[in-house]
Amino acid sequence: MVASDQTPSPTPPGARVVMSSGDVSRALRRVAHEILERNKGPADLVLLGIPSRGVPLAHRLASVIAEVEGVAVPVGSLDVTMHRDDLRRQPTRTVTPTKIPPSGVDGKIVVLVDDVLYSGRTIRAALEALTELGRPRAVRLAVLVDRGHRELPIRADHVGKNLPTSSSERVHVVLAENDGGDDEVRISGGDR
Amino acid sequence: MTRKHLLSSADLSRDEVDSILDTAASMHDVQRREVKKLPTLRGRTVINLFFEDSTRTRSSFEIAGKWMSADTINITGKGSSTSKGESLRDTVMTICAMSVDALVIRHSASGACHQVAQWVDASVINAGDGTHEHPTQALLDAYTLRQRLGSLEGRHIVIVGDLAHSRVFRSNVITLGRLGARVTVVAPPTLMPSGIGDWAARDGFATSWDLDQTLYAASPADRPDAVMMLRVQRERMSGGFFPTEREYTAGYGLTRERLARLYAATPDLPILHPGPMNRGLEISAEAADATSSAILDQVSAGVAVRMAVLYHLLAGETEAAA
Repeated sequence: MVASDQTPSPTPPGARVVMSSGDVSRALRRVAHEILERNKGPADLVLLGIPSRGVPLAHRLASVIAEVEGVAVPVGSLDVTMHRDDLRRQPTRTVTPTKIPPSGVDGKIVVLVDDVLYSGRTIRAALEALTELGRPRAVRLAVLVDRGHRELPIRADHVGKNLPTSSSERVHVVLAENDGGDDEVRISGGDR
Repeated sequence: MTRKHLLSSADLSRDEVDSILDTAASMHDVQRREVKKLPTLRGRTVINLFFEDSTRTRSSFEIAGKWMSADTINITGKGSSTSKGESLRDTVMTICAMSVDALVIRHSASGACHQVAQWVDASVINAGDGTHEHPTQALLDAYTLRQRLGSLEGRHIVIVGDLAHSRVFRSNVITLGRLGARVTVVAPPTLMPSGIGDWAARDGFATSWDLDQTLYAASPADRPDAVMMLRVQRERMSGGFFPTEREYTAGYGLTRERLARLYAATPDLPILHPGPMNRGLEISAEAADATSSAILDQVSAGVAVRMAVLYHLLAGETEAAA
């Protein structure tokens, strides 16, 4: 291992840790098993991560599936920026690449993977972006954290952890791939 | 990053150029899909106001707007009230009174877009103003070069031709410089803009009167990584810039012989031309149609880059919404 110059980010004051690195990895293993159970095996599965943190989560789910079933499930990323309904409410967002596996999404069981499910607007945008790429047989949703406060009729099929929050709180998902250090989910802010 | 207008390549920082080119790469993928439509600019109106002729720029801005669901309308100088003697100010104020979101302007007067940007509330995009600048062309050239060469850091790009009348060259030296490329510009002394020395010193590019010496430099490090030929702009010349066309071709054209010698050293050397080409004058048919020619790639990149520019200028928050 090469020594990383990224030091694990210490939990900032006022934040509390709700999932440790071990909790995250156990939750992902369970979600991977649920996906397989629901699909009765890995056939036709395609995992699409929503950038930025959905993408490493999709890869981790795929590696658990590979370990359990010995099959490499195609993994891609789906950028939803161009389909968001809040573009005009904030400064221009950076566009990230969409990478669809060569086998495509037509007739497949697509599992969208994201870190936090909140208003549901990102998933709405993802469903619209996906429509332009083809016609999956079914679309499912796997998230690490469901924090409630939905603004659209959308629900997740597979949830790592249901986390009741106040809408004034912020949920931070820290992943080794994106942020360095250990995985962690923490909550900050809110009324005290 | 919130920017309202794109008037000059100098407006864009290195980070902004990188961000636009990365977005363009995503847009290029959209271009290869069966359904080429994004909802991003739904409800926005983009007017292409072209007082000079154009095939590529106008059609690619129109396609870019339409693929992002903006309503795009083309107005040309010839078919508009300008031909009845209406001033530029009256024309743009009239159009803006219809609440448009962006004006894409091409005009024969250098600085026309800067002037318009001071009059109107809409975003103004410079699609070529006189002999001044053509920033979206420089972005698509940079995009095409990046596709071919990877990072442009330290790469040597040679730009040859009618520099005196070229807005493409003016925007390119700035944008390519931002990306860390080394640029050498080559032209006969009569087609060098006056005062280019100071300018070269400021923007960090080299100048030369000798094409062969530049193309076949003794040291491999000084040989070009890409060659961009510029059009001899006869419509902007009143004669006397060079004795005959044959003499221009002999000194500064990318002829079959020059191409063969370049290919002997670098077989996949990218050849660019912003178009329209004068085949047989500044570029031979062999060079234009060569396997390593990037000329049609430039056109294809044009749509993706203009989608990225429209996204960066129009998609973010507006003052009214904030």
